[in-house]
Amino acid sequence: MGAGALFVAVFLACAVEAVEATTIVLAAGTARDWRSATTGLVAALAVLVIAVAALGPAVSALPLRELRLVVGALLLIFGLQWLRKAILRASGHKALHDEDAIYRRQFGAAQAAPARRFGSVPDWYGFTLSFKGVLLEGLEVVFIALTFGGNAHDIPLAGLAAVCAVLVVAAVGVAVRAPLARVPENTLKFVVGIMLTAFGVFWGAEGAGAHWPGSDAALLALVPVIAGFALGLTGLLRRIESGQPAGARLAADRRPVAEADTQGQH
Amino acid sequence: MGRRLRAFLAFLYDFVIGDDWRIAAGVVVGLALTYAVGRAGVPAWWLLPVLLAVLLPASLWLAVRRR
Repeated sequence: MGAGALFVAVFLACAVEAVEATTIVLAAGTARDWRSATTGLVAALAVLVIAVAALGPAVSALPLRELRLVVGALLLIFGLQWLRKAILRASGHKALHDEDAIYRRQFGAAQAAPARRFGSVPDWYGFTLSFKGVLLEGLEVVFIALTFGGNAHDIPLAGLAAVCAVLVVAAVGVAVRAPLARVPENTLKFVVGIMLTAFGVFWGAEGAGAHWPGSDAALLALVPVIAGFALGLTGLLRRIESGQPAGARLAADRRPVAEADTQGQH
Repeated sequence: MGRRLRAFLAFLYDFVIGDDWRIAAGVVVGLALTYAVGRAGVPAWWLLPVLLAVLLPASLWLAVRRR
């Protein structure tokens, strides 16, 4: 795999996770207390650094074939789930992921909770909200960077792409101090779903002992073929959706985002 | 402790398996088939793309029908 493809794949996948983490930190900081939210953010980052320090060398030491089998399987499962959700959203069968709505929900819940001091943290709720959000989304960033980097024998480049994605998204979040609603998150997730699926198919098959015709060049065919297939399925489902009675469409559109987006990482 | 363990297992299930367990099960079956076919000396690279072409539309179809 080329260095450029590795960088782009990791950057895009990590940017999606960073957008979600930024939304949570912004909600915690605005609705509760910036000092507590920032402390939660820093604490979560410290835990993530420890996780990288512990897991990074372990991933590098794993035999490549076994690593590709496990990582390929996980990427394929994640990729298919992302793609499934992205196709359902793009075809109108599921409510769009709306950072504005998620921000409002988090903001409302944060405002309603009572304030409680804990040690040097002025507001424990704001700290916990920020800490959990950054830790969970951050673990996914770590997973993506380590597995992509480990498979491509270039963990430093994958790490650099992940750090760049997080810094870019965080900088935009700090600059606008508002949910990153203008980021085309659903389109990004569609693209990331295609890439995760393509890498999952490629590495999973290699890990299971298969040999691709053309070796690494097979990835260059897999990505457009999967993209075309996903777009074709989206078009097909759109036609089915447009053939449904208006009442059914309206009921689906009114579903709250919480119900429509039960899985955090997607 | 039991509650925390259950919560962690629920998180792990949600993280790895997600909305449709059939996708995870299908991927595991696909990888096992790829291994078995490859061991028999037959080219097996095509199996996962074929699996993808069946699994994704099937999962989407079930999701749309459930609505």
